[in-house]
Amino acid sequence: MPLLEIRNLRIDFGAHRVVDEVSLSLDAGKTYSLVGESGCGKSVTALSIARLLATPPASHPQGQILLEGHDVLSMNPRELQRIRGGHVGYVFQEPGASLNPVMRIGTQIREALTRHRPHFANDAEVIRLLRQVGIPAPETRLKDYPHQLSGGMQQRVMIAMALAPQPKLLIADEPTTALDVTVQAQIIELLRDLQQQLGMSILLITHNLGLVGDIADRVGVMYAGQIVEEGQTRDVLQRPRHPYTRALLKSVPELGRAGRRLESIPGTVPRPGDWPVGCRFAPRCPMARSECSLRPIDWNPGSIDHAVRCPYADA
Amino acid sequence: MSPTPLLCVENLRVHFPVQRSSLSKPEAWVRAVEDVSFTLGAGETIGLLGESGCGKTTLGRAVLRLGPVTAGTIRYGGTDITRLEGRALREHRRQFQMIFQDPFSSLNPRFTVGQIVGEPLEIHRLVKDSTTRDRRISELLESVGLDPRLVDRFPHEFSGGQRQRIGIARALAVEPHLIVCDEPVSALDVSVQAQVVNLLQDLQKQRGLAYLFISHDLAVVEHLAHRILVMYLGQVLEEAPASVLCQRPLHPYTQALVSAIPTVDPASKRRRIVLSGEPPSPLSPPTGCPFHPRCPMVQPRCRIEAPVLRNLGDGRRVACHQV
Repeated sequence: MPLLEIRNLRIDFGAHRVVDEVSLSLDAGKTYSLVGESGCGKSVTALSIARLLATPPASHPQGQILLEGHDVLSMNPRELQRIRGGHVGYVFQEPGASLNPVMRIGTQIREALTRHRPHFANDAEVIRLLRQVGIPAPETRLKDYPHQLSGGMQQRVMIAMALAPQPKLLIADEPTTALDVTVQAQIIELLRDLQQQLGMSILLITHNLGLVGDIADRVGVMYAGQIVEEGQTRDVLQRPRHPYTRALLKSVPELGRAGRRLESIPGTVPRPGDWPVGCRFAPRCPMARSECSLRPIDWNPGSIDHAVRCPYADA
Repeated sequence: MSPTPLLCVENLRVHFPVQRSSLSKPEAWVRAVEDVSFTLGAGETIGLLGESGCGKTTLGRAVLRLGPVTAGTIRYGGTDITRLEGRALREHRRQFQMIFQDPFSSLNPRFTVGQIVGEPLEIHRLVKDSTTRDRRISELLESVGLDPRLVDRFPHEFSGGQRQRIGIARALAVEPHLIVCDEPVSALDVSVQAQVVNLLQDLQKQRGLAYLFISHDLAVVEHLAHRILVMYLGQVLEEAPASVLCQRPLHPYTQALVSAIPTVDPASKRRRIVLSGEPPSPLSPPTGCPFHPRCPMVQPRCRIEAPVLRNLGDGRRVACHQV
């Protein structure tokens, strides 16, 4: 049984659908990455896993989110509290905005322990956690306030806090986007090491295709609320089948190919509410045919384990 | 390169005082830009690469005289503009413009697109009447790939990429020779980023523009720039032609930057150098080489003696004792 299985997830904000028929499955100890541009629904999907979306404005998600076989969408508030932080830990994009500015970092981490592992709610455990995420001199650092730490260190504290209750699933929503490149490399290395030591699963939300190749086992490419391509990372990055994935990969500047002109995708990502009836990428797609805009596009499984929402994927 | 470069920066320093209040004596100085020299030819692009807080934006602003200059000279087409003020400075300002990172906060939300793009035309009195003004605005919008019929729209009606195009049209209005681009694509999604990068390249070819392109993204900089300056704690650590710098970086910091770029191609397994620590505060820079606390190749000498930026020929300069 996979650790996390999402089946046919649909979420509306008011009259607009934001996440549409998203399905994915993540095995224990593996990393799944949801990639996409802003507004594609990747963060909303991530937040819905521990039911962190405020309803309203969001609708109650439809479909199924199975965490070790239990449907999160039918849980009562008590069960949800156990899941949040306990089974599922979150790390967000801006560590500065996620930490409480008037609370020492040691106290913030201890809070997570008190909630989920009360017997370990002591300084010794906090220091062990801080050391585990690579914070130097943790004995003195736990008395620091968030503003006394750099962005990279703040993100390490966030990771320590997420790991405190020993979650089985760590959801990292753009964990390195706000950080400098050299620090970004450190954080990715840290996540990889921690996964090997602790055996947790990671759901990585990112817009950076480069990161995906570095860390993910499987990848789902999202566009306008749907996953349009999904498969093993290697297959998707080396042999992309969906025209959107192909275009996206070509539009990323790569070192050592400076002479080449970047292939840009014409137009912009449609906003929720403006999604075309048929294939949502059709208006920007170089391969679009008239049939593409008629009705919603189904999965085209093609080769084993590498599916796309495009009937002409291999044409 | 032409005999007289378009822009010539010599030993530029920008220091900011750290004060409890504006009346008290400075307690310390932040050395945001420390002894930076470079030249930029007409139609050329220099990439200014560095992590946050390295002084790249301060340098870009100082070059346009939008920020303070503590010491050094900035020569623009042979004229020293370091101490120019008022009308004389405004005369020169026509020739250099800036494009900003955040396309949301750099456009006045109460102005229409036409007003935004038309404002520089009026400030510099480049159009005589409203008919020529409107025609000029239409041309400008068209040249950046926007529909001229959208002149009466407001910035919030546009996407991030379109707003960045408006910012570019505004910069082009005065027909500058030099544009300082401060992280112009960092806030954009990849597919849109490529559109703007291509647009900047096309405009350079058509108009012979020179760019000072400030970015933290090595891949984008390599794509656009002819030469790259790598900055760290206010200082230039390495300068080289773009392709050379990326293929054979000499400075340990540049080597780490090159290796830290995540790659979409899983087949290319580059050896990754993960630096320990983070850039130190410019308030208390380390002694000796600014990079020595994080350098994997550090020697005792590096802790005491600051390396000078040496010329290695072929347009290459590097500040490191080990090279």
